Amino acid sequence: MAVAERVPLVEMRDIRVAFGGVHAVDGVSIDLYPGEVVGLVGGNGAGKSTLMKALSGAHPPDSGEIRVNGQPQTIGNPRDAKRFNIETIYQTLALADNVDAPANVFLGREIMTRWGTLDEGAMEDATRKVMRRLNPNFRNFRDPVRAMSGGQRQAVAIARAVHFNAKVLIMDEPTAALGPAETAQVRDLIRQLKNEGIGIFLISHDIHDVFDLSDRIGVMYHGRLVGIVRKDDVTPDDVLAMIILGKKPEEATQHELAELELGS
Amino acid sequence: MADATVTAPEHTASSPRRSIPELIAQTEIDLRLFGMVVALLAILLGFNVVSGGKFLTPTNMTTLAVQASGVAIMATGMVLVIVSRNIDLSVGSVAGVVAMTYAILMTDILPGLGIGVGNPFQWLIALALGLGLGALIGLVQGAIIAYIGVPSFIVTLGGLLALRGTVWLLSEGAAVSGLDETFLLIGGGARGSIGGTATWALAIIGCVVVVAGAVWSRRQRRKFGFPLRPMWAEVLLSVVGCAALLGLAFYANRNPWPRGLAERFANENGIPIPEGGLFIPTGFPWPVLLVIGVTVVMWFIATRRRFGRYVYAYGGNPEAAELAGINTRLTIVKIYVVMGVLCAIAAAIYAARLNGATLDIGSSDELYVIAACVVGGVSFAGGIGSIPGAVLGSFVMASLAYGLAFNGVNSPTQNVIAGVVLIIAVAFDTWNRRRGGTR
Repeated sequence: MAVAERVPLVEMRDIRVAFGGVHAVDGVSIDLYPGEVVGLVGGNGAGKSTLMKALSGAHPPDSGEIRVNGQPQTIGNPRDAKRFNIETIYQTLALADNVDAPANVFLGREIMTRWGTLDEGAMEDATRKVMRRLNPNFRNFRDPVRAMSGGQRQAVAIARAVHFNAKVLIMDEPTAALGPAETAQVRDLIRQLKNEGIGIFLISHDIHDVFDLSDRIGVMYHGRLVGIVRKDDVTPDDVLAMIILGKKPEEATQHELAELELGS
Repeated sequence: MADATVTAPEHTASSPRRSIPELIAQTEIDLRLFGMVVALLAILLGFNVVSGGKFLTPTNMTTLAVQASGVAIMATGMVLVIVSRNIDLSVGSVAGVVAMTYAILMTDILPGLGIGVGNPFQWLIALALGLGLGALIGLVQGAIIAYIGVPSFIVTLGGLLALRGTVWLLSEGAAVSGLDETFLLIGGGARGSIGGTATWALAIIGCVVVVAGAVWSRRQRRKFGFPLRPMWAEVLLSVVGCAALLGLAFYANRNPWPRGLAERFANENGIPIPEGGLFIPTGFPWPVLLVIGVTVVMWFIATRRRFGRYVYAYGGNPEAAELAGINTRLTIVKIYVVMGVLCAIAAAIYAARLNGATLDIGSSDELYVIAACVVGGVSFAGGIGSIPGAVLGSFVMASLAYGLAFNGVNSPTQNVIAGVVLIIAVAFDTWNRRRGGTR
């Protein structure tokens, strides 16, 4: 396959993260290519978010290697990750509720005037431009984001990621808090970003979302990566079985699969 | 690129008839601040009526403003502290230690080093060392809070006790007095005021800044095609701002030098004393100018500098600030350093007013400073509060205390009233915010 010969945008090798005695992520290796969406699924506490926090710098791994464009790199904090154009949209959105949309979009990366002051005008202007693309109905450029709807807040969080030329985008449950129309909007956006060559890690509970958008699907179970499958090679039921049993379909016994059938 | 000059359509659509709230909204004035100015004026007018018109005199108002200045200056720093979800209980003790340091430097240590009375550098060296000490105390407390993770309440409570004890140790339990003549100007009074001409000049410069600021901000908005304030609102705000400045200058210049001092000054300089006494306007006192200067600088830092943005973002959502790549620990340390420097400025005013330092300088100030912030709309939930609000808050609290004392209310009753007002102010604010939803 052509994809295999290209250099992955990021490669995580044998990543381990432990909280106390619990192995939240236990030797996971995963990679991501340009223009590819890799879905990450698994039950609660399977380690999806923790694995992604290792990549976003929010919680650096205890051991393992992260390669960016083939080069081993250390990502010790969120600033490092952003330097490698790895942007994250957190499940909580991670917005400062008390400041406005431009302030949030540029938080930590403010545009300054040559006098060393915040260039509010330039930041608002840039925010208006990126919002025109993400959510043309967006109008609240001066109000604190606390006053906004879930969809608008999501738009601010996404704007923050895409404005800075993300090459790798981590989206943690991007549609969990959204209504149907806004969910459709986010899906369109994911396809659009993918076409622009951005690699996306998509964490989701919604298996249909994942099947709809992903090229490959990684299934996690109790901190381990059960396997990465190409979407075209499996059915949603196969993935569901992997999530619940923690085994690849071919490894599961007939008995286990039969129990699943009964259960569902 | 090409659309940089396109004007944004919202806000510009105008209907012929508009309601008053809409008109007020168009001026974009901060209703909270406006309300506080009204409350402050109401308090002053109220006391004036109760006292039979004897309260609102230029002399009283000047004294009140000078008395409020120390707390007002420290309150500007406390805003950042509370906005970042911390507290500083040590400010009064920091002011006490630094005031004692100024006094001991000028009366004992510097003369011992050959920098004696009258040396023009004496007060400058003392002031620089005092400001440095304030910054150092802030640095230590801030570092313990940010890097070791001890709650700020505990660290600064320890600071409150330890530094007050240090004041005693430094002075061996005695008050110290006799400071440099130039240093004393910082404390205000007739000589520590800038006089009539300079007061008018400053007010006029202030007017120029107000108008230039309005023009510059309008130009910025036009450059990016953002909605503009209606012209009438711009003109109204500029006129009101200039009128307030000129009015204050006029009022301050109505405050004369005390008769005895004026006559002595006249005799020393060979000026004939006219009939009815010599009228020398005091104008703005230095401590009040310091309050204005500190307020402007702190407001600038809070709203126009990256540091201020980080303080507010951290207060709004500490985790988000961290994930955005902000060095949150360093930000906290900087806040306490700024707080320490402001305490040292307040300490200079205190020491200069007393012409020395006593053991209890600044004691209980932490309470007044925190009260000023809270009355001024700073929220303990973090992320909300403005510098001008806290300064107004400190003037509200000081006006209450001064007005009550002026009308013969004894000190315990003053405290009862101040405490009740504090709670009512916050209760009203909480209710108002809940009703308003967003603010």
